[in-house]
Amino acid sequence: MEHEAHNPALLHHFSDAQQQKNAASLGMWLFLVTEIMFFGGMFCAYLVYRLAHFNAFAAGSQQLNIWMGAINTAVLIVSSVTVVLAVKAAEAGKRKLLVGYLVVTVLLGMTFLVIKGFEYKEKFEKHHVPGPSFSFTDNFDDNGKQIPVNPKEAELFFSLYFAMTGMHALHMIIGCGLFGTLSVLAWKGHYSPNYFTPIENAGLYWHLVDIIWIYLFPLLYLISRHT
Amino acid sequence: MVEHEHTTHSQGFYIAIGVALLILTITTAAVAFVNLGPFNPVVALLIATIKATLVVLFFMHVKGASEKLTGVVVVSGFFFLAILLSLSLADYMTRSWR
Repeated sequence: MEHEAHNPALLHHFSDAQQQKNAASLGMWLFLVTEIMFFGGMFCAYLVYRLAHFNAFAAGSQQLNIWMGAINTAVLIVSSVTVVLAVKAAEAGKRKLLVGYLVVTVLLGMTFLVIKGFEYKEKFEKHHVPGPSFSFTDNFDDNGKQIPVNPKEAELFFSLYFAMTGMHALHMIIGCGLFGTLSVLAWKGHYSPNYFTPIENAGLYWHLVDIIWIYLFPLLYLISRHT
Repeated sequence: MVEHEHTTHSQGFYIAIGVALLILTITTAAVAFVNLGPFNPVVALLIATIKATLVVLFFMHVKGASEKLTGVVVVSGFFFLAILLSLSLADYMTRSWR
């Protein structure tokens, strides 16, 4: 049977490479929509309890390390830039540049996780980890007025903090694994201007994890900081 | 040679978007220390949404994507999230609390 010359990466059930690329991208986007709903459930729980126990949530938020949170936000934003530049390098066929950007992305992701580790350590030392050793004696400072806070409600804030940032950190670990794998494959020459779909789709995943943190940072770290 | 559209902007463009995101991050942290009353969370979420929109449109190449279905899927994702949040809050916020 006649076999026309085509992109070696083109699978035969697609009519052309662009359609195959679009299908792969659509698949990743559909997965990302499920991720939005997955984290959305936790954001919903957070919203309901924040409205019910605002003072306790504000007091808990004021106990978080805003510098570590802000620096982590900056780290993720820079990593999103390196991801998009990696895609650009792949499209241009620049293998070494591609590997460089992928590796830097992994390093930035690990930086994020290390800072998170220090944050969790601080929480542990202050007895803010929910469970038998939880202890919260800080009051909510409302313009100099000290409002006592129900420790059970503060424990709820920290439960949500650990659940949401923990689940986010798990996604970061998966992302680092993904990009580490892509670095190795890119070094071995698996990607070319004709085929770099995995880089693009892994990039979509990474950007979504960044977006989730973009929302986590103000919601968890910046409640009522003006007091 | 296979046809494929060039979806990427220039390197300088992406770095500029990154810088904008960093500036917005500093802004949101700084504004948090200003007393805007009930508008503090509103401003914080507004800035976060602007940042997320920049990431979706430019970093995730949704703007100018050859496949129009991509935009539909993105909007639908956030639409369903909006349903989840608004209807859940409509329930909880209209209960009489202890």
